[in-house]
Amino acid sequence: MSTATATGKIRVLIAKPGLDGHDRGAKVVARALRDGGCEVIYTGIRQTPEMIAEAALQEDVDVVGLSILSGAHLELFPRVVEELKKRGLDDVLLFCGGIIPEEDTEALQKLGFKAIFRPGTNTQDIVKFVYDNVKK
Amino acid sequence: MDELVQRFLAGDRRALARVITRVENSTLEGRDYVRALFPHSGRAHIVGITGGAGSGKSTLTGALAAELRRREKTVAIIAVDPSSPFTHGALLGDRIRMQDVTMDPGVYMRSMAGRGALGGLAPAIADVVAVVDAFGFDYIIIETIGAGQDEVEIAGTAMTTVLVNNPGTGDDIQALKAGIIEIADILVVNKADHPGADILVSQLQALLALSPADQRRPPILKTIATRGEGLGPLADAIDEHRAYLESSGQLAAHREEDARHQLLAITQQLILEEIRKATPEAVIETLTERIASRQLDPHTAAEELAARVLPRP
Repeated sequence: MSTATATGKIRVLIAKPGLDGHDRGAKVVARALRDGGCEVIYTGIRQTPEMIAEAALQEDVDVVGLSILSGAHLELFPRVVEELKKRGLDDVLLFCGGIIPEEDTEALQKLGFKAIFRPGTNTQDIVKFVYDNVKK
Repeated sequence: MDELVQRFLAGDRRALARVITRVENSTLEGRDYVRALFPHSGRAHIVGITGGAGSGKSTLTGALAAELRRREKTVAIIAVDPSSPFTHGALLGDRIRMQDVTMDPGVYMRSMAGRGALGGLAPAIADVVAVVDAFGFDYIIIETIGAGQDEVEIAGTAMTTVLVNNPGTGDDIQALKAGIIEIADILVVNKADHPGADILVSQLQALLALSPADQRRPPILKTIATRGEGLGPLADAIDEHRAYLESSGQLAAHREEDARHQLLAITQQLILEEIRKATPEAVIETLTERIASRQLDPHTAAEELAARVLPRP
Protein backbone atom coordinates (compact mmCIF):
# COMPACT_ATOMS: atom_id res chain seq x y z
CA MET A 1 0.00 0.00 0.00
CA SER A 2 0.98 3.56 -0.54
CA THR A 3 0.81 6.41 1.92
CA ALA A 4 -2.90 5.85 2.47
CA THR A 5 -2.27 3.42 5.30
CA ALA A 6 0.51 5.38 6.92
CA THR A 7 -1.17 8.76 7.13
CA GLY A 8 -4.50 9.78 8.54
CA LYS A 9 -7.37 10.09 6.11
CA ILE A 10 -9.84 12.92 6.55
CA ARG A 11 -13.08 11.45 7.92
CA VAL A 12 -16.28 13.26 6.99
CA LEU A 13 -19.84 12.68 8.15
CA ILE A 14 -22.48 13.69 5.63
CA ALA A 15 -25.86 13.82 7.32
CA LYS A 16 -29.40 14.86 6.55
CA PRO A 17 -31.39 16.14 9.51
CA GLY A 18 -35.15 16.36 9.36
CA LEU A 19 -37.77 14.99 7.06
CA ASP A 20 -36.35 15.55 3.55
CA GLY A 21 -37.45 12.64 1.39
CA HIS A 22 -34.60 12.63 -1.10
CA ASP A 23 -30.89 12.90 -0.75
CA ARG A 24 -29.45 13.28 -4.25
CA GLY A 25 -27.43 16.36 -3.27
CA ALA A 26 -25.99 14.73 -0.15
CA LYS A 27 -24.98 11.67 -2.17
CA VAL A 28 -23.31 13.79 -4.84
CA VAL A 29 -21.28 15.58 -2.16
CA ALA A 30 -20.41 12.29 -0.44
CA ARG A 31 -19.26 10.86 -3.74
CA ALA A 32 -17.17 13.94 -4.57
CA LEU A 33 -15.41 13.77 -1.20
CA ARG A 34 -14.82 10.04 -1.67
CA ASP A 35 -13.24 10.77 -5.03
CA GLY A 36 -11.24 13.50 -3.32
CA GLY A 37 -9.68 10.84 -1.09
CA CYS A 38 -11.75 11.31 2.07
CA GLU A 39 -13.38 8.55 4.09
CA VAL A 40 -17.02 9.57 4.05
CA ILE A 41 -19.61 8.21 6.44
CA TYR A 42 -23.08 8.59 5.04
CA THR A 43 -26.02 7.88 7.31
CA GLY A 44 -29.05 8.33 5.05
CA ILE A 45 -32.16 10.46 5.41
CA ARG A 46 -34.29 11.42 8.44
CA GLN A 47 -31.57 11.81 11.04
CA THR A 48 -32.27 13.45 14.37
CA PRO A 49 -29.72 15.93 15.77
CA GLU A 50 -28.87 13.33 18.43
CA MET A 51 -28.21 10.65 15.81
CA ILE A 52 -25.93 12.98 13.85
CA ALA A 53 -23.91 14.01 16.90
CA GLU A 54 -23.66 10.43 18.13
CA ALA A 55 -22.46 9.25 14.69
CA ALA A 56 -19.88 12.07 14.64
CA LEU A 57 -18.62 10.96 18.05
CA GLN A 58 -18.47 7.23 17.35
CA GLU A 59 -16.89 7.69 13.94
CA ASP A 60 -14.41 10.32 15.23
CA VAL A 61 -14.90 12.51 12.18
CA ASP A 62 -12.95 15.67 11.38
CA VAL A 63 -15.81 17.23 9.43
CA VAL A 64 -19.61 17.25 9.59
CA GLY A 65 -21.54 18.34 6.51
CA LEU A 66 -25.29 18.86 6.85
CA SER A 67 -27.65 18.83 3.90
CA ILE A 68 -31.17 20.19 4.03
CA LEU A 69 -33.94 21.06 1.60
CA SER A 70 -36.99 21.50 3.81
CA GLY A 71 -36.33 25.01 5.10
CA ALA A 72 -36.01 23.83 8.70
CA HIS A 73 -32.28 24.59 8.91
CA LEU A 74 -32.65 27.34 11.52
CA GLU A 75 -34.69 24.89 13.59
CA LEU A 76 -32.47 21.85 13.21
CA PHE A 77 -28.91 23.07 12.74
CA PRO A 78 -28.68 24.81 16.15
CA ARG A 79 -29.84 21.56 17.74
CA VAL A 80 -27.17 19.58 15.89
CA VAL A 81 -24.51 22.05 17.04
CA GLU A 82 -25.83 21.84 20.59
CA GLU A 83 -25.72 18.03 20.56
CA LEU A 84 -22.18 18.09 19.18
CA LYS A 85 -21.08 20.48 21.94
CA LYS A 86 -22.80 18.38 24.57
CA ARG A 87 -20.52 15.53 23.50
CA GLY A 88 -17.40 17.68 23.53
CA LEU A 89 -17.16 17.78 19.73
CA ASP A 90 -16.47 21.50 19.46
CA ASP A 91 -13.42 21.18 17.22
CA VAL A 92 -15.23 19.55 14.29
CA LEU A 93 -15.27 21.49 11.02
CA LEU A 94 -18.88 22.28 10.07
CA PHE A 95 -20.34 23.03 6.67
CA CYS A 96 -23.81 22.85 5.22
CA GLY A 97 -25.60 22.87 1.93
CA GLY A 98 -28.97 22.73 0.23
CA ILE A 99 -31.82 25.17 -0.06
CA ILE A 100 -30.65 27.89 2.31
CA PRO A 101 -31.65 31.53 1.73
CA GLU A 102 -28.88 34.16 1.61
CA GLU A 103 -30.40 36.03 4.53
CA ASP A 104 -29.71 33.07 6.83
CA THR A 105 -25.98 33.08 6.09
CA GLU A 106 -25.00 35.20 9.06
CA ALA A 107 -27.03 33.16 11.54
CA LEU A 108 -25.41 29.94 10.32
CA GLN A 109 -21.92 31.44 10.40
CA LYS A 110 -22.54 32.47 14.01
CA LEU A 111 -23.47 28.87 14.77
CA GLY A 112 -20.06 27.81 13.51
CA PHE A 113 -20.72 26.77 9.91
CA LYS A 114 -17.55 27.63 7.98
CA ALA A 115 -19.20 27.36 4.57
CA ILE A 116 -22.62 27.14 2.97
CA PHE A 117 -22.86 25.43 -0.40
CA ARG A 118 -25.95 26.17 -2.43
CA PRO A 119 -27.29 24.56 -5.63
CA GLY A 120 -24.87 25.07 -8.51
CA THR A 121 -21.75 24.71 -6.36
CA ASN A 122 -18.85 22.97 -8.07
CA THR A 123 -18.19 19.84 -6.02
CA GLN A 124 -14.45 20.44 -6.36
CA ASP A 125 -14.92 23.62 -4.32
CA ILE A 126 -16.34 21.50 -1.50
CA VAL A 127 -13.41 19.09 -1.64
CA LYS A 128 -10.97 22.02 -1.64
CA PHE A 129 -12.78 23.62 1.29
CA VAL A 130 -12.44 20.42 3.33
CA TYR A 131 -8.73 19.99 2.59
CA ASP A 132 -8.02 23.67 3.24
CA ASN A 133 -9.78 23.74 6.59
CA VAL A 134 -9.16 20.43 8.32
CA LYS A 135 -6.40 20.65 10.88
CA LYS A 136 -4.35 17.49 10.36
CA MET B 1 -1.48 10.03 25.58
CA ASP B 2 -1.85 9.04 29.25
CA GLU B 3 -4.86 11.30 29.70
CA LEU B 4 -6.64 9.73 26.74
CA VAL B 5 -5.86 6.22 28.00
CA GLN B 6 -7.26 7.14 31.40
CA ARG B 7 -10.46 8.46 29.87
CA PHE B 8 -10.63 5.32 27.72
CA LEU B 9 -10.29 3.06 30.72
CA ALA B 10 -12.91 5.10 32.57
CA GLY B 11 -15.39 4.24 29.81
CA ASP B 12 -15.39 7.50 27.80
CA ARG B 13 -16.72 6.63 24.34
CA ARG B 14 -15.13 9.66 22.72
CA ALA B 15 -11.75 8.49 23.99
CA LEU B 16 -12.46 5.08 22.44
CA ALA B 17 -13.29 6.74 19.10
CA ARG B 18 -10.11 8.83 19.22
CA VAL B 19 -7.90 5.89 20.12
CA ILE B 20 -9.33 3.83 17.24
CA THR B 21 -8.45 6.61 14.77
CA ARG B 22 -4.86 6.69 15.98
CA VAL B 23 -4.56 2.92 15.94
CA GLU B 24 -6.19 2.72 12.52
CA ASN B 25 -3.65 5.16 11.12
CA SER B 26 -0.83 2.85 12.29
CA THR B 27 1.23 5.72 13.59
CA LEU B 28 3.96 5.16 16.16
CA GLU B 29 1.59 6.79 18.64
CA GLY B 30 -1.11 4.32 17.59
CA ARG B 31 1.20 1.45 18.46
CA ASP B 32 1.74 2.92 21.92
CA TYR B 33 -2.02 2.87 22.48
CA VAL B 34 -2.13 -0.79 21.52
CA ARG B 35 0.75 -1.44 23.93
CA ALA B 36 -1.08 0.34 26.75
CA LEU B 37 -4.47 -1.26 26.15
CA PHE B 38 -3.62 -4.79 24.99
CA PRO B 39 -3.38 -6.13 28.57
CA HIS B 40 -7.05 -5.17 29.03
CA SER B 41 -8.19 -7.10 25.96
CA GLY B 42 -9.12 -10.75 25.52
CA ARG B 43 -12.57 -10.75 27.08
CA ALA B 44 -14.99 -10.11 24.23
CA HIS B 45 -16.45 -12.77 21.99
CA ILE B 46 -15.55 -11.79 18.44
CA VAL B 47 -18.07 -12.60 15.75
CA GLY B 48 -17.39 -12.19 12.02
CA ILE B 49 -20.25 -11.60 9.60
CA THR B 50 -19.28 -12.22 5.99
CA GLY B 51 -21.01 -12.87 2.68
CA GLY B 52 -21.57 -11.33 -0.71
CA ALA B 53 -22.29 -7.67 -1.45
CA GLY B 54 -25.99 -7.06 -0.88
CA SER B 55 -26.54 -10.29 1.04
CA GLY B 56 -27.86 -8.34 4.01
CA LYS B 57 -24.78 -8.34 6.25
CA SER B 58 -25.30 -4.82 7.59
CA THR B 59 -29.00 -5.31 8.31
CA LEU B 60 -28.25 -8.67 9.93
CA THR B 61 -25.44 -7.13 11.99
CA GLY B 62 -27.75 -4.37 13.25
CA ALA B 63 -30.51 -6.87 14.04
CA LEU B 64 -28.07 -9.20 15.81
CA ALA B 65 -26.79 -6.31 17.92
CA ALA B 66 -30.39 -5.49 18.87
CA GLU B 67 -30.97 -9.12 19.87
CA LEU B 68 -27.81 -9.16 22.01
CA ARG B 69 -28.94 -5.93 23.67
CA ARG B 70 -32.26 -7.58 24.55
CA ARG B 71 -30.06 -10.11 26.35
CA GLU B 72 -28.42 -7.20 28.18
CA LYS B 73 -25.06 -7.66 26.53
CA THR B 74 -22.94 -4.78 25.25
CA VAL B 75 -21.92 -4.79 21.61
CA ALA B 76 -19.32 -3.09 19.44
CA ILE B 77 -19.73 -3.21 15.68
CA ILE B 78 -16.82 -2.71 13.28
CA ALA B 79 -18.13 -2.50 9.73
CA VAL B 80 -15.62 -2.48 6.89
CA ASP B 81 -16.37 -1.03 3.46
CA PRO B 82 -13.97 -0.82 0.51
CA SER B 83 -11.53 2.01 -0.24
CA SER B 84 -11.03 3.25 -3.77
CA PRO B 85 -7.90 1.67 -5.29
CA PHE B 86 -7.30 4.95 -7.12
CA THR B 87 -8.13 7.84 -4.79
CA HIS B 88 -7.97 5.87 -1.49
CA GLY B 89 -11.24 7.54 -0.55
CA ALA B 90 -14.18 5.51 0.71
CA LEU B 91 -17.90 5.79 1.16
CA LEU B 92 -18.88 4.08 4.38
CA GLY B 93 -22.61 3.41 4.40
CA ASP B 94 -23.16 0.64 6.91
CA ARG B 95 -24.69 2.87 9.60
CA ILE B 96 -27.73 3.38 7.36
CA ARG B 97 -28.84 -0.22 8.07
CA MET B 98 -28.14 -0.05 11.78
CA GLN B 99 -30.14 3.00 12.85
CA ASP B 100 -32.14 1.11 15.45
CA VAL B 101 -29.11 0.36 17.61
CA THR B 102 -26.71 3.24 17.00
CA MET B 103 -28.34 5.45 19.66
CA ASP B 104 -28.17 2.71 22.29
CA PRO B 105 -25.51 3.53 24.91
CA GLY B 106 -24.69 -0.20 25.07
CA VAL B 107 -23.69 -0.22 21.40
CA TYR B 108 -20.67 1.35 19.73
CA MET B 109 -20.59 1.32 15.96
CA ARG B 110 -17.56 2.20 13.87
CA SER B 111 -17.15 2.27 10.12
CA MET B 112 -13.72 1.33 8.75
CA ALA B 113 -12.33 1.67 5.26
CA GLY B 114 -10.55 -1.35 3.81
CA ARG B 115 -7.52 0.78 2.82
CA GLY B 116 -6.37 -1.82 0.34
CA ALA B 117 -6.16 -4.85 2.64
CA LEU B 118 -7.16 -8.23 1.24
CA GLY B 119 -9.79 -10.53 2.64
CA GLY B 120 -12.60 -8.04 3.21
CA LEU B 121 -10.88 -6.56 6.26
CA ALA B 122 -8.70 -3.50 6.96
CA PRO B 123 -4.93 -3.41 7.55
CA ALA B 124 -5.26 -2.41 11.21
CA ILE B 125 -8.20 -4.67 12.03
CA ALA B 126 -6.39 -6.80 14.63
CA ASP B 127 -5.15 -3.73 16.53
CA VAL B 128 -8.54 -2.03 16.34
CA VAL B 129 -10.28 -5.17 17.61
CA ALA B 130 -7.78 -5.36 20.48
CA VAL B 131 -8.49 -1.81 21.67
CA VAL B 132 -12.26 -2.17 21.22
CA ASP B 133 -12.03 -5.39 23.23
CA ALA B 134 -10.06 -3.56 25.92
CA PHE B 135 -12.97 -1.12 26.30
CA GLY B 136 -14.97 -4.01 27.73
CA PHE B 137 -17.72 -4.99 25.30
CA ASP B 138 -19.28 -8.44 25.65
CA TYR B 139 -19.42 -8.95 21.88
CA ILE B 140 -17.55 -7.45 18.96
CA ILE B 141 -19.20 -7.97 15.58
CA ILE B 142 -16.96 -7.44 12.56
CA GLU B 143 -18.81 -7.02 9.31
CA THR B 144 -16.53 -7.62 6.33
CA ILE B 145 -16.53 -5.99 2.95
CA GLY B 146 -18.73 -7.98 0.55
CA ALA B 147 -16.88 -11.25 0.12
CA GLY B 148 -17.01 -13.71 -2.72
CA GLN B 149 -15.49 -17.15 -2.73
CA ASP B 150 -12.08 -16.76 -1.18
CA GLU B 151 -12.03 -14.03 1.47
CA VAL B 152 -11.26 -16.28 4.42
CA GLU B 153 -9.11 -13.93 6.56
CA ILE B 154 -12.06 -13.08 8.81
CA ALA B 155 -11.85 -16.55 10.35
CA GLY B 156 -8.41 -15.67 11.71
CA THR B 157 -9.68 -12.63 13.59
CA ALA B 158 -13.18 -13.77 14.53
CA MET B 159 -13.85 -16.66 16.90
CA THR B 160 -17.25 -17.36 15.35
CA THR B 161 -17.66 -16.76 11.64
CA VAL B 162 -21.17 -16.36 10.25
CA LEU B 163 -21.50 -16.77 6.47
CA VAL B 164 -24.56 -15.04 5.01
CA ASN B 165 -26.07 -16.69 1.93
CA ASN B 166 -29.10 -15.72 -0.15
CA PRO B 167 -31.58 -17.76 -2.14
CA GLY B 168 -31.25 -17.68 -5.91
CA THR B 169 -27.51 -17.04 -6.11
CA GLY B 170 -26.19 -20.17 -7.76
CA ASP B 171 -26.63 -23.92 -7.93
CA ASP B 172 -25.29 -26.51 -5.53
CA ILE B 173 -21.96 -26.70 -7.35
CA GLN B 174 -21.17 -23.23 -5.98
CA ALA B 175 -21.56 -24.60 -2.49
CA LEU B 176 -19.31 -27.58 -3.27
CA LYS B 177 -16.37 -25.38 -4.13
CA ALA B 178 -13.57 -24.86 -1.67
CA GLY B 179 -13.00 -21.51 0.00
CA ILE B 180 -15.19 -19.28 2.07
CA ILE B 181 -17.84 -21.87 2.86
CA GLU B 182 -15.23 -23.94 4.71
CA ILE B 183 -14.61 -21.22 7.29
CA ALA B 184 -18.28 -20.84 8.28
CA ASP B 185 -19.10 -21.79 11.86
CA ILE B 186 -22.72 -20.82 11.27
CA LEU B 187 -24.49 -20.66 7.92
CA VAL B 188 -27.28 -18.13 7.56
CA VAL B 189 -29.78 -18.10 4.73
CA ASN B 190 -30.88 -14.47 4.84
CA LYS B 191 -33.82 -13.05 2.86
CA ALA B 192 -35.52 -16.36 3.71
CA ASP B 193 -38.84 -14.96 2.50
CA HIS B 194 -37.48 -14.95 -1.06
CA PRO B 195 -38.20 -17.88 -3.37
CA GLY B 196 -35.67 -20.69 -3.23
CA ALA B 197 -34.76 -20.34 0.45
CA ASP B 198 -35.77 -23.90 1.32
CA ILE B 199 -33.92 -25.27 -1.71
CA LEU B 200 -30.77 -23.44 -0.60
CA VAL B 201 -31.13 -24.82 2.93
CA SER B 202 -31.41 -28.39 1.64
CA GLN B 203 -28.46 -27.87 -0.72
CA LEU B 204 -26.34 -26.64 2.17
CA GLN B 205 -27.51 -29.56 4.32
CA ALA B 206 -26.59 -32.01 1.59
CA LEU B 207 -23.18 -30.41 1.30
CA LEU B 208 -22.53 -30.58 5.03
CA ALA B 209 -23.63 -34.24 5.07
CA LEU B 210 -20.54 -34.99 2.97
CA SER B 211 -18.21 -33.77 5.74
CA PRO B 212 -16.47 -36.37 7.90
CA ALA B 213 -18.73 -37.63 10.70
CA ASP B 214 -16.38 -36.46 13.49
CA GLN B 215 -16.34 -32.88 12.20
CA ARG B 216 -18.60 -30.23 13.68
CA ARG B 217 -21.51 -29.44 11.34
CA PRO B 218 -22.30 -25.71 11.20
CA PRO B 219 -25.96 -25.05 11.90
CA ILE B 220 -28.00 -23.62 9.02
CA LEU B 221 -30.36 -20.85 10.09
CA LYS B 222 -32.98 -18.92 8.17
CA THR B 223 -33.28 -15.18 8.84
CA ILE B 224 -35.24 -12.23 7.51
CA ALA B 225 -33.00 -9.51 8.89
CA THR B 226 -35.17 -6.61 7.70
CA ARG B 227 -37.98 -7.89 9.93
CA GLY B 228 -35.73 -9.09 12.73
CA GLU B 229 -36.81 -12.71 12.23
CA GLY B 230 -34.53 -15.58 13.16
CA LEU B 231 -32.14 -13.48 15.26
CA GLY B 232 -32.86 -15.27 18.54
CA PRO B 233 -31.72 -18.62 17.11
CA LEU B 234 -28.67 -16.91 15.56
CA ALA B 235 -27.62 -15.40 18.91
CA ASP B 236 -28.16 -18.83 20.52
CA ALA B 237 -26.04 -20.51 17.85
CA ILE B 238 -23.21 -17.99 18.43
CA ASP B 239 -23.24 -18.72 22.17
CA GLU B 240 -23.36 -22.48 21.53
CA HIS B 241 -20.38 -22.16 19.21
CA ARG B 242 -18.49 -20.21 21.86
CA ALA B 243 -19.23 -22.96 24.40
CA TYR B 244 -18.05 -25.57 21.88
CA LEU B 245 -14.81 -23.65 21.27
CA GLU B 246 -14.13 -23.51 24.98
CA SER B 247 -14.95 -27.13 25.77
CA SER B 248 -13.02 -28.52 22.79
CA GLY B 249 -9.91 -26.46 23.50
CA GLN B 250 -10.23 -24.77 20.11
CA LEU B 251 -10.57 -21.30 21.59
CA ALA B 252 -7.08 -21.50 23.04
CA ALA B 253 -5.77 -22.87 19.73
CA HIS B 254 -7.49 -20.06 17.84
CA ARG B 255 -5.95 -17.44 20.09
CA GLU B 256 -2.51 -18.94 19.58
CA GLU B 257 -2.89 -19.10 15.84
CA ASP B 258 -4.06 -15.49 15.72
CA ALA B 259 -1.15 -14.43 17.96
CA ARG B 260 1.38 -16.19 15.71
CA HIS B 261 -0.15 -14.60 12.63
CA GLN B 262 0.01 -11.13 14.17
CA LEU B 263 3.56 -11.62 15.39
CA LEU B 264 4.80 -12.55 11.95
CA ALA B 265 2.74 -9.92 10.12
CA ILE B 266 3.95 -7.10 12.37
CA THR B 267 7.54 -8.29 12.18
CA GLN B 268 7.34 -8.30 8.39
CA GLN B 269 5.97 -4.76 8.52
CA LEU B 270 8.76 -3.59 10.84
CA ILE B 271 11.45 -5.05 8.60
CA LEU B 272 9.92 -3.37 5.58
CA GLU B 273 9.83 -0.05 7.44
CA GLU B 274 13.52 -0.44 8.39
CA ILE B 275 14.41 -1.13 4.78
CA ARG B 276 12.50 1.92 3.60
CA LYS B 277 14.18 4.08 6.21
CA ALA B 278 17.61 2.83 5.13
CA THR B 279 16.94 3.21 1.42
CA PRO B 280 16.82 6.39 -0.64
CA GLU B 281 13.79 6.43 -2.93
CA ALA B 282 16.15 6.58 -5.94
CA VAL B 283 17.53 3.12 -5.12
CA ILE B 284 14.02 1.65 -5.18
CA GLU B 285 13.31 3.52 -8.41
CA THR B 286 16.43 2.11 -10.08
CA LEU B 287 15.67 -1.45 -9.00
CA THR B 288 12.07 -1.06 -10.15
CA GLU B 289 13.19 0.12 -13.58
CA ARG B 290 15.68 -2.71 -13.94
CA ILE B 291 12.99 -5.28 -13.13
CA ALA B 292 10.47 -3.66 -15.47
CA SER B 293 13.00 -3.65 -18.32
CA ARG B 294 13.94 -7.28 -17.57
CA GLN B 295 17.57 -6.50 -16.69
CA LEU B 296 17.05 -7.93 -13.22
CA ASP B 297 14.67 -10.51 -11.76
CA PRO B 298 12.48 -9.45 -8.82
CA HIS B 299 13.98 -12.00 -6.39
CA THR B 300 17.56 -10.78 -6.84
CA ALA B 301 16.39 -7.17 -6.61
CA ALA B 302 14.48 -7.83 -3.38
CA GLU B 303 17.52 -9.60 -1.88
CA GLU B 304 19.61 -6.58 -2.75
CA LEU B 305 17.13 -4.32 -0.99
CA ALA B 306 16.79 -6.56 2.06
CA ALA B 307 20.57 -6.74 2.36
CA ARG B 308 20.59 -3.07 3.27
CA VAL B 309 19.39 -4.00 6.76
CA LEU B 310 19.71 -7.78 6.99
CA PRO B 311 22.96 -9.72 7.10
CA ARG B 312 23.48 -11.77 3.93
CA PRO B 313 22.70 -15.43 4.52
